[in-house]
Amino acid sequence: MASREMTYAEAIREGLREEMRRDERVFLLGEDIKINVWTVTRDLYKEFGERVINTPLSESGFSGAAVGAALTGMRPVVEIMYADFTMYAADSIANQAAKYRYMCGGGEFKVPVVFRVAGSGSANGGGCHHGQSLEATFIHFPGLKVVFPSTPYDAKGLIKTAIREENPVLFYEHKLLYGVKGEVPDGEYLLPLGKAEVKREGKDVTIVTYAWTLHKALRASEQLAREGIEAEVIDLRSLRPMDKECILNSLKKTSKLVTAEEGTKMGGVGAEVAAMVAEEGLQYLDAPVKRIAGAEVIIPSSRYADQMVIPQEADIVKGVKELF
Amino acid sequence: MPKIAKETLLKIYRNMVRLRFLDDKINELIASGIGITQHSTRGQEATTIAACAALEPADYVMPYHRGWGWAIGKGMDPKILLAELLGKGTGCCAGKGGVHIADWSLRIMGRPGVQAAHIPLAAGVGLSVKLRKTKDVVLCFFGDGASNEGNVHEGMNLASVWKAPVVFICENNLYALFTPNIETTSVRDIADRAQGYGMPGVIVDGNDALAVYEAVRKAIARARSGKGPTLIESKTYRIHGHTAMDRFHLGGYRPKEEVEEWEKKDPLKRLRERLVGMKTASEAELEEIERRAKEEIEEAEKFAKESPYPTREEIFQDVYIA
Repeated sequence: MASREMTYAEAIREGLREEMRRDERVFLLGEDIKINVWTVTRDLYKEFGERVINTPLSESGFSGAAVGAALTGMRPVVEIMYADFTMYAADSIANQAAKYRYMCGGGEFKVPVVFRVAGSGSANGGGCHHGQSLEATFIHFPGLKVVFPSTPYDAKGLIKTAIREENPVLFYEHKLLYGVKGEVPDGEYLLPLGKAEVKREGKDVTIVTYAWTLHKALRASEQLAREGIEAEVIDLRSLRPMDKECILNSLKKTSKLVTAEEGTKMGGVGAEVAAMVAEEGLQYLDAPVKRIAGAEVIIPSSRYADQMVIPQEADIVKGVKELF
Repeated sequence: MPKIAKETLLKIYRNMVRLRFLDDKINELIASGIGITQHSTRGQEATTIAACAALEPADYVMPYHRGWGWAIGKGMDPKILLAELLGKGTGCCAGKGGVHIADWSLRIMGRPGVQAAHIPLAAGVGLSVKLRKTKDVVLCFFGDGASNEGNVHEGMNLASVWKAPVVFICENNLYALFTPNIETTSVRDIADRAQGYGMPGVIVDGNDALAVYEAVRKAIARARSGKGPTLIESKTYRIHGHTAMDRFHLGGYRPKEEVEEWEKKDPLKRLRERLVGMKTASEAELEEIERRAKEEIEEAEKFAKESPYPTREEIFQDVYIA
């Protein structure tokens, strides 16, 4: 199939546009989404008019409003400008969207809403109010699904599926990924939620990662290969539900597990992966699990200091080598 | 005040009586040792019941924690409600929602457990109505305590900006849990805050069912015609404590005399006297309504008690749509 090269931001925009053309119940709301600092939703209002709504600065308010609209026949896609701001929206997401179906009406209600958590992750000295990786926070809630694509191809396929999903979905986007280019096929395709992908095959160690850190892990793997270690790199893509089978199958082959993420270590995504493997696949391991994660400090608001607390390519290389 | 149809007046009276008996019945069950949570609505029946009487069946109600007037007023069968409160599978939330009463077919949206969480939801339901180009309205109840939540600010601003067809009704009963709102709230009239959102703020005597009905009817007409939301503050009082666990409401955090003063303004008694006074209904008609309501609540108790609990399998269903 023919394909085109496009950025991650363009791929999400294309997915949104296709879904809005397909289904008039789909509409967008969020802060400054007509022009949009991330460019993702830029100019969609020109085609879709009142279905692209610039909201006031009210993360709790417009996230809750999206839940209300989803409950009554619409399919809203919310943009929360930075992951840090999900803390304001947390009640609407975790107490309302996640619970509504179970708690109210004996399964009569559904909440088909997508929360696009734009501008996740650390970059450019954004610091602790504009640079956190908080996706682990929301994997704790039954009722939610959480995805975090790392490539333009995955981003487009997953945003389209997320919009068609009948359950609430958090769709994370890393701010450094927006400009990353990749091939996206012409024509429509959908990717299932809950499926990881092996982005690099290897026999010696499994690195479970996602998002921007995936790209660091892939570069680290090239370095490791030069030193004789063949790493298998798994891109989780979906954090809840998590693709246990993909991880366990890889460990049967490699017997070593490394997790890598930007978020802090305690209670992080890697912690969940490690705990799952301890319960269901300990017999496959021949070495301790190594978790590479954000340092247990506040992310400094400094272009000089911030990347010191976020795992880098060299940290992944070093972490992997410690298992050999 | 324009003439209200006899049918409507009797519906309001009937539903207020049913609510009073249901409230009493639940308190009786609690006293007998059955674990139920209820925020009694005795003394506040007029607001939710009369407000809901001004709605069409397709209109939405966003409930709040106090009482069940929004459910009875919107047409919920008390036996389904009581079964839910007892955790039974025949309840409106399949025995899993408890106090979080909801019924999609009646457009009763879920009763939130987090104060004011539903105010933005109400704005969103209103937005959805506009985007879908229907003419429904949303009635959104909350209390004076919740009025201080940030979500009220955000939700009302959104509703106003979107000219969403929402009528916000704040039942101001003067206390949030055990704290008088004079200690916590910057204004005496919560309706004053409407000005900050560019919407009308209306104060109504919450113990006067007919005044409530009229105020809500006007606000609904305004919302339905596309002019946007209204904030109605209903001045009222809860006769009982916050919940049945409240041991401090008589002479503790509020003077006994104050409670006695408000008991004299009982909305049920007031409406009854007016209906008889205006010759809308005879004593015999009203007694028949009361007798049937009593009977209905007794039947509801029997139904709820005899209903089965949900199965273990059912308790694990409905987290996700497959």
